[in-house]
Amino acid sequence: MSFLNAFFVDPFVQIADYPLFFIEVVIGGLLSGVMYSLVALGFVLIFKASGVFNFAQGAMVLFAALSFAGFIEMGVHPIFAFILAGIVMAGVAIAIERVVLRSLVNQPAIILFMATIGITYFLDGFGQTLWGSDVKVLDLGIPQTPIDVGGIFINQFDLFAAAVAGGLVLVLAIFFQKTRIGRALRAVADDHQAALSVGIPLKTIWAIVWTVAGLVGLVAGAMWGAKLGVQFSLALVALKALPVLILGGFTSIPGAIVGGLIIGVGEKVAEVFWGGAFGGAIEDWFAYMLALVFLLFRPQGLFGEKIIERV
Amino acid sequence: MLYREAGQFKTSYAKDWAIFPIAQDRIVVLGFLAIAFIAIPVLSSEYFLATILMPFLVMSMAAIGLNLLTGYAGQLSLGTGGFMATGAFAAYKLSTMFPGMPIEAVFLLSGVVAAFVGILFGIPSLRIKGFYLAVATLAAQFFLLWLFNKVGWFTNYSTSGVISAPPRTILFTDIYVTGPEASVTAKYLFALTLVAILALAAKNLVRSSIGRRWMAIRDMDIAAEIIGIKPLQTKLSAFAISSFYCGVAGAMWAFLYTGSVEPLAFDINRSFQVLFMIIIGGLGSILGSFLGAGFIIALPILLTNAPHLLGLNIPVDVISHVEYMIFGALIIFFLIVEPHGLARLWQILKEKLRLWPFPH
Amino acid sequence: MSATDQDTGRRIGDTVLKVDNISLSFGGVRALTDISFTVREHEILSIIGPNGAGKSSMLNVINGFYHPQEGTITYKGQARSRMKPHAAARQGIARTFQNIALFKGMSALDNIMTGRNTLMKSNFISQALYWGLGQKEELDHRAFVERIVDFLEIESIRKTPVGRLPYGLQKRVELGRALAAQPELLLLDEPMAGMNVEEKEDMCRFILDVNDEFGTTIVLIEHDMGVVMDISDRVVVLDYGRKLAEDTPDAVRANQEVIDAYLGVSHDDAA
Repeated sequence: MSFLNAFFVDPFVQIADYPLFFIEVVIGGLLSGVMYSLVALGFVLIFKASGVFNFAQGAMVLFAALSFAGFIEMGVHPIFAFILAGIVMAGVAIAIERVVLRSLVNQPAIILFMATIGITYFLDGFGQTLWGSDVKVLDLGIPQTPIDVGGIFINQFDLFAAAVAGGLVLVLAIFFQKTRIGRALRAVADDHQAALSVGIPLKTIWAIVWTVAGLVGLVAGAMWGAKLGVQFSLALVALKALPVLILGGFTSIPGAIVGGLIIGVGEKVAEVFWGGAFGGAIEDWFAYMLALVFLLFRPQGLFGEKIIERV
Repeated sequence: MLYREAGQFKTSYAKDWAIFPIAQDRIVVLGFLAIAFIAIPVLSSEYFLATILMPFLVMSMAAIGLNLLTGYAGQLSLGTGGFMATGAFAAYKLSTMFPGMPIEAVFLLSGVVAAFVGILFGIPSLRIKGFYLAVATLAAQFFLLWLFNKVGWFTNYSTSGVISAPPRTILFTDIYVTGPEASVTAKYLFALTLVAILALAAKNLVRSSIGRRWMAIRDMDIAAEIIGIKPLQTKLSAFAISSFYCGVAGAMWAFLYTGSVEPLAFDINRSFQVLFMIIIGGLGSILGSFLGAGFIIALPILLTNAPHLLGLNIPVDVISHVEYMIFGALIIFFLIVEPHGLARLWQILKEKLRLWPFPH
Repeated sequence: MSATDQDTGRRIGDTVLKVDNISLSFGGVRALTDISFTVREHEILSIIGPNGAGKSSMLNVINGFYHPQEGTITYKGQARSRMKPHAAARQGIARTFQNIALFKGMSALDNIMTGRNTLMKSNFISQALYWGLGQKEELDHRAFVERIVDFLEIESIRKTPVGRLPYGLQKRVELGRALAAQPELLLLDEPMAGMNVEEKEDMCRFILDVNDEFGTTIVLIEHDMGVVMDISDRVVVLDYGRKLAEDTPDAVRANQEVIDAYLGVSHDDAA
């Protein structure tokens, strides 16, 4: 009885009593959803261009953040540190293309997926061997204090992160739509064989896409790192990007963004208002369950294309 | 010249379809069983039994379970840890709710409980495939672990969070196999018996019609459906039987290996560990499950001890990071060089042996 | 070869499958428009037509893989508009595919054994024990499958993983898998595509033998007009998802509309 009450009645009473608090939670959720979107974006880029479900995106986020923070610790100016970390990520991307993708070309998708789990372990271990496993503080000079907007408190840092994410999406959109490489990327995403036959260098394109995904990971890592500190748990936060992908569909950039926002809001609202009914910490699984239930009704995601099967 | 099948004629389909149709193989297998059941308990130290062979047996069981689902039925799962935890907690609840229940029944029933949970989380597999399914199984992993952590009923409202396996004896005897009074040898032999029986059952399943249905769904699900295989039933049966094995493995882990039931032992890393075992051992091979489990269990022990033996002094945390790197690199290496894993290498070796000393 | 019917006294019976006003479209694309024809017991019916005429779609509708928007299929007196493919298989409809759809990771023998899955009833416990009913069932079905292996002359490759077999043999294994279900109606989607003359002759022989020995009704899609005219009892001609003709091979050959739409513009295989 008390559970039913805590599940069906209390949360709504709470929402009705404190509408401003509810809005605050929603906005907080939207902003943390932006962070999920950032990670999911890297997944989508790689999946579109190479058909690889890159489980290592989370590890790339961690590796990028570790390098970034590591360079700063060595006394490099943050801007140069960012550039250096970007170069490191490009190196990682090229190495992955050379060693893994090239050798596994034409293998079933599931084999490639498992290979990226291997990459995940390697990068996690490599990053921590290089840079150590202590928590690194990443101070980008952005205040974490909340500001008051008409009675609603919003974390300044989250706002900044949202702006960065928005800017990044814009840059990517321009890159994909307007540049020659962008066109080649879209061609490869549509049809590998056809793209090859008109002379698009597939391997170069893959290296570029993985580099771009690495850079997106760097931005995500910098944001997450500045918020939570650079540590191993960053790679786990990235796992949350998986349900985002399920919601948004694997091939859709808008899907990654909308999916991230839905997961962000859903998770926060569920934790704050319904967490009590379940004994708390439902953030651990809520996103996955939401995605699972969603899958039953729309297996291809919000923005994914309908799958027509042939024999 | 020793390993030659010439002159061994099969005169019935039953003989042709035996698990080990070649006489030399049968001798080797019997030899192995004799060593495992007789020589090892007599000769090896308690330390070796308890810290190397026990986890090997437990993880072999889990690897067989995941291999049935992923290697044979083609349904990728990242929820192995969750299903193992289900088995462990089911065994704990069963043995404390019904103190008179024989331990053998507790183990099998906890497998059955895990099987039902597996079916529940396998239902989405009808509509979703591949990566989508992998993510869906993560829901099982995180939800189940949260459940066992948060809901006091599962731990009998223990305050410390750490709960010990109650002492139980083998049916019709007074030999303890669980709890503090059980000897390591008794635990080992009990675990070995379970693994031997269930591994044989798994082998029988995959060479029967149910196994062929799984492989048909794995290789080409649409064609499988058109020749009359019901996809939902087939996939759910794979989830159920796979989870049964994982559940028994979880119960073994808690009752026979560590002696305590704790959710942390079954986190997402356990799921990955089992997945690595079947990739390295060989997808779609029961033998491979054992080889993979042995490899993954032995490797960290080697890595921890190797620098010591070489006289190097490397901090423990660095070793654990290097271990991650080596695991990752090995996974990639195996996928590139031999996607069928150690089991395939073993097969190649046998084929070479048959021809030896001739090259072709 | 057309003399086979008289030689064996094969009797063509009543209508076993009736296709009524089937229309099928994907999104806005019409694949089939208002198709009707009948298949009679024990006959060999060929469906011909240029690429994209909707031949494979027609087979997919018959065995329940595609669900037509309009029309009904009446099989053995039972009318239906939509059903699951596995239900069709259970009613005795088997098929082969245009692009071979074998289970690549399994041996030829296991592939054919899989074809008998609808007939295997033992539960998983007796299979796990591999003792008693479970084992007996396996061995009984193995004995039956060996007859198919003999019939298709693939004894030497029975334990080879099908992925390693050459194309012609894969087609044969696929036919074997369909036959293993002891179907009453067999749908063959281009069983001779990409084969050389000898392989085609072998395949023709198998098809005629199946029809003859087991009395299986066969619906066949084939591009080789020589083969079609030789072995078919009747021919259905499709073009752009519409039916142009349904008649005996000789009548179809003489049909002006068919000649105009298909044979006339086609190359020398019409001769």
